[in-house]
Amino acid sequence: MDNVFLYSGIYLCLLMTLPLYRAVFGPTVPDRMLGANAIGSKTTVLLILIGIIYQRVDMFVDIALAYATLNFIAVLAASRYYQKSKGLYDYRQPPKRTSRKEPIE
Amino acid sequence: MNIIVAILLIVGLFFFTGGSVGILRFPDFYTRLHPAGKCDTMGLLFTLSAMALYTLHDFSLHAVLTGLKIMLIVVFVFITSPTATHAIVDAGVRAGLSPWVKKAQAEEDRT
Repeated sequence: MDNVFLYSGIYLCLLMTLPLYRAVFGPTVPDRMLGANAIGSKTTVLLILIGIIYQRVDMFVDIALAYATLNFIAVLAASRYYQKSKGLYDYRQPPKRTSRKEPIE
Repeated sequence: MNIIVAILLIVGLFFFTGGSVGILRFPDFYTRLHPAGKCDTMGLLFTLSAMALYTLHDFSLHAVLTGLKIMLIVVFVFITSPTATHAIVDAGVRAGLSPWVKKAQAEEDRT
């Protein structure tokens, strides 16, 4: 039974790379927040899996609960911060201030 | 008992896979929030209830309290995940992100 938890933990770690792509290359700022939130909710499960593998569930449950709370607070704070900013990239109307890679029209 | 735990774990991992692939492949920020907000809560419910069942193997007060704490995480995430999703959508709407439309309709809007 221990092997099942071990392999599902490894699979969960590999699955984290998909939202990581969205968090790194996401075209807009809320996309990055979304990817970070998805990674955090997977980490909550991974922490309890680690606790079961190491036979210390009673300790790791508290860590997982604290991690879930921190993830929630971080997303709320980031979304309140970006609510006021108008500079988020919009792909139907390209921004006036272009980056260096794009050709200047 | 072990079979039930394994089945619940695999169902939860299936939901996690669906959510992650959906985050990667949907065309728009607003549509990407659907797999992120829904499938992650569903996968968390199944995987954490599997682990709560596994901790109840040796039935004692200590194990019952640990299982209750794990289910408390599920209740907490079920309250906070829709709140976080709504906060992200609110940030996107107020910053003026326009939703994704089909190409033909986008050209109609431009003219």
